[in-house]
Amino acid sequence: GLFASKLFSNLFGNKEMRILMVGLDGAGKTTVLYKLKLGEVITTIPTIGFNVETVQYKNISFTVWDVGGQDRIRSLWRHYYRNTEGVIFVVDSNDRSRIGEAREVMQRMLNEDELRNAAWLVFANKQDLPEAMSAAEITEKLGLHSIRNRPWFIQATCATSGEGLYEGLEWLSNSLKNST
Amino acid sequence: MSAHTYKKFENSTSGDLPDKMTIYQDCMNTFNESPVNSKRCRLLISRLLRLLAQGETFPQNEATALFFSISKLFQHQNDPLRQAVYLAIKELSGISEDVLMATSSIMKDVQNGSDLIKPDAIRSLTYVLDESTAFSAERLLKSAVVSRHPSISSAALCTSYHLLPISEVTIRRFTNETQEAVLDLKQFPNQHGNSEYYPNSTYISQYHALGLLYQLKKTDKMALLKLVRHFSENNSMKNQLAKVELVKIVNDLIYRDPQLFSQFRPLLSDWLSNKFESVQLETAKLITSFATRNSRLVAPELYAAAISALQSLLTVPRVSSRFAALRILNRISMVSPEKIVVCNPELESLINDSNRNISTYAITTLLKTGTSKNISSLISTITNFIHDVSDDFKIIIIDAVRTLSLNFPQEWKSILNFLIDVLKNSEGGFKFKNSIVEALIDIVSFVPQSKELALENLCDFIEDCEFNEILVRILHLLGKEGPSAPNPSLYVRHIYNRVVLENSIIRSAAVVALSKFALTKNDPTLYESIISLLKRIANDKDDEVRDRATIALEFIDSARNKDDVIAQNLIESKYFYDIPSLESKLSSYISSNTDSFATAFDVNQVRKFTEDEMKAINLKRKQEQIFNQKSETTLDTTPEAESVPEKRADANSFAGPNLDDHQEDLLATKYADELLSIEQIKPFGQLVNSSRAISLTEPEAEFVVRGVKHLFKDNVVLQFNITNTLTDIALDNVSVVCTPEISDEAELEELFTLQVDRLLPSEEAACYVAFKKLDEIVMEGFLNNLTFTTKEINPDTNEPFDGDEGFQDEYEIDSIFLNAGDYVKSSFTGNFSATFDELPCEEVAVFNIQEDLSIQEVVDKIILNSSCLPVESTQFAPSDSNSHTLKLFGKSALTGSKVALQIKMIKSSKGLALKVHGKGEDSLLCSDLVNGLMQ
Repeated sequence: GLFASKLFSNLFGNKEMRILMVGLDGAGKTTVLYKLKLGEVITTIPTIGFNVETVQYKNISFTVWDVGGQDRIRSLWRHYYRNTEGVIFVVDSNDRSRIGEAREVMQRMLNEDELRNAAWLVFANKQDLPEAMSAAEITEKLGLHSIRNRPWFIQATCATSGEGLYEGLEWLSNSLKNST
Repeated sequence: MSAHTYKKFENSTSGDLPDKMTIYQDCMNTFNESPVNSKRCRLLISRLLRLLAQGETFPQNEATALFFSISKLFQHQNDPLRQAVYLAIKELSGISEDVLMATSSIMKDVQNGSDLIKPDAIRSLTYVLDESTAFSAERLLKSAVVSRHPSISSAALCTSYHLLPISEVTIRRFTNETQEAVLDLKQFPNQHGNSEYYPNSTYISQYHALGLLYQLKKTDKMALLKLVRHFSENNSMKNQLAKVELVKIVNDLIYRDPQLFSQFRPLLSDWLSNKFESVQLETAKLITSFATRNSRLVAPELYAAAISALQSLLTVPRVSSRFAALRILNRISMVSPEKIVVCNPELESLINDSNRNISTYAITTLLKTGTSKNISSLISTITNFIHDVSDDFKIIIIDAVRTLSLNFPQEWKSILNFLIDVLKNSEGGFKFKNSIVEALIDIVSFVPQSKELALENLCDFIEDCEFNEILVRILHLLGKEGPSAPNPSLYVRHIYNRVVLENSIIRSAAVVALSKFALTKNDPTLYESIISLLKRIANDKDDEVRDRATIALEFIDSARNKDDVIAQNLIESKYFYDIPSLESKLSSYISSNTDSFATAFDVNQVRKFTEDEMKAINLKRKQEQIFNQKSETTLDTTPEAESVPEKRADANSFAGPNLDDHQEDLLATKYADELLSIEQIKPFGQLVNSSRAISLTEPEAEFVVRGVKHLFKDNVVLQFNITNTLTDIALDNVSVVCTPEISDEAELEELFTLQVDRLLPSEEAACYVAFKKLDEIVMEGFLNNLTFTTKEINPDTNEPFDGDEGFQDEYEIDSIFLNAGDYVKSSFTGNFSATFDELPCEEVAVFNIQEDLSIQEVVDKIILNSSCLPVESTQFAPSDSNSHTLKLFGKSALTGSKVALQIKMIKSSKGLALKVHGKGEDSLLCSDLVNGLMQ
């Protein structure tokens, strides 16, 4: 049934993509999600659990799962790995003290079998802050260059202004086209 | 396809449960699909819920997997599916791990969802929030509480109620909103559009708000009072349950402070005629149960109004109301049956009620209102009825009949015939038959006249009884009672039949029973037969049976031919050991094990009772059981048993003898042990009698003192248990100075005082004062003074400061009276009037009590003071009469001489007049008891 419906929607040029958005707590995942969904900045509280929204971009409908980044929730991310076609890993570019922790968390995910085919997008968020690390610096600190056998991309973003968000989606949609 | 699976398939729509694993797999596959097929998901969830509702369950890992799969359905915006998801979350939250994962999604629904799913979302917050996440829901809940939509507001109030124990701080923040919600009569939207979907509001949110408000304010008496006053005005409560809740709050208030009752009187009598039956019921329940505890605070008119409200509820069409009214009446019937006699016509017509619960309750209630006049007609009514009801109800009826037999011993014949009839002719399981046999055993032991008839019928019964336990009990009873019956040989035949026909358990019991007949005086010829029967049994194929027969033969031989007293006692036990004390002695013997059990256990340390004393204790216990049942049932109606002010169980207050018996026994044993292990006390010999512990101070005093009177043959020891409740003061050299009230003619000579060297804070210790008695029975009052040296405690060492000499101080405590009752033990007699007439010595005294006491209070006091056993249920004074006769029986603790008292009481406007008529074997004890009765 899944195959037929996908084929069907593809005929009309409408595609679906399942995206998992993760990252440390306070990286700005929920703000990113609702900026994409509603086009506005909402007040957020720490996400206990997850938020899920469908975001339409061009002819692709993205189902974005924004899963909370608090320590005790991280171990539960795995429940949402299945059928994930793209991962957005959001990093607080301003938080130098926790970039190491972010790297560790991300490297562990890269080894997950269920995510082996997922496209890897990193949002270097909070670029509006004066002390923010650049995308290049983060690429290095996260060890992105060591990623083999899957497409990856890093995008400097600012969720409050919306800068860079659609560029990220554009990359994801391209990688979806390439894989099918 | 095999026949079996084919059948299963066929029934899949008609009641059989779907297969658990299939459902699990289907759920896991379908819920993880994308896009979501909402129709199919809903169907699957409903199947899953059906499984869970039938009691199926999943292991934790599977439940967790299911939970997370279901959580993925939040991606699909579809209200009917979302409702199903919430149901599933509710059911799985108990077995799944990490349910907090749904929190954010639920909160989003609470905020933005449609009115249809908002209430469900709010309610499911209860299951996912914990202490650390509850605060994040504060703003959402608060705005939901004030919502105009009744379902949303109700949901928020219920959720807050359940979150209260999890995060009180959060919920307290919307106390004001809750208060407003009580009076806010919320209507569903579209009310004027005449929409079919929205019914008229029942204003249920009033109830939910009031419930939460009570929880928030329950510690604050003044706030509750204000709340009741505020909400009972102007008929502002529209919701039925809210009104009932209001009644319950009043109940809570008067439970804490009975004096408040009078101020609620107009309100209560108003509620008794409320249009809602449930409000009438709750109010009647409140009034009647309050009256059992505080009878003098309830005006007779109000009580009568409550009863008549209940009476009219007995005939309403609504089954639940009839049942509830009956249940309340039934409770009253246990305490004061005479008060509900007015309802008897209604109760009688309810016996034929089509609802079995109601008819059973009706009959048990009627049985309790039974008087000696109508018992036989009641019994014949039940006889027609009992065979049609289920076992559970039969047991209730049998218990009621059993109570009756204890209260009306003179009616034993009809009761006995009834019991025998149901025993023989009624189908029923073990519990039912056992309860009948238990009732019969009670009748046999407490109504001696019934013995022959009862035993004969029990003999018939065991010829065809399928339950081992019951057979063994009956055999034991036959062995105990048979030898003293006029025609013992009759029972021997029946018992021996068991040996021939039954299994080894019953055979063993039969052997023991048989052996008791060997020494019977009523039929000496039996000896030979028993011996030959036992010899035959000694070849039984079962070890236990053989052993018992051999031992029995040996005992009988030494008892008869060698006059061995021990063997005689083993066959016909004249004494019964006090089981709690035996148990504690044995366990301390086993745990101490000082010399690897080289010293044998000394059974003489254990208290012994004669058969009459044992019966007196059992009868008392059984009657108190009935009494406790009713005090429990009246207590459980109060919302929360807040710290009940502990009753002072001393002779001056009139708390009935209803302390926990077992605890009391253990405490008595412990005190006696401590006392007898003291070197100076040992020469006094055997302890004859000990009183209950008496409070000598207010329970909140700085030093709490409880006194116990111990009686020896020639000595008296007063024990004072002192608790130091101060936190930073130690007491040194604590002792009690006892001064006889009439010092010049004291018949007691003080021997010594044993003091407590040091009493640290919150410690308890005992000091003793010992006297020598100059006469056999000495009555005396003592003025008591606690003397001690106070020393401040060094908080570092928890010891007094070095060199602190302290202050000498003393503290007056209540007097202690040694009265005639301390020389008496309660004892049982099956025929009071005959015993009374036989006793030789006589003493009459008249008392006049000026204080305003009810007859029941005086009765309780006399029973406590005299330590006698009330017989023929005369300890319950009818509350509708101004006169009562109390009958008491006891034995001297020193000599065992009998004493009987008959006390006539008449209450008039001038007070209470008592005429005490005492008879006894010992004239001194008799006159002391009679004259000292009211001290």
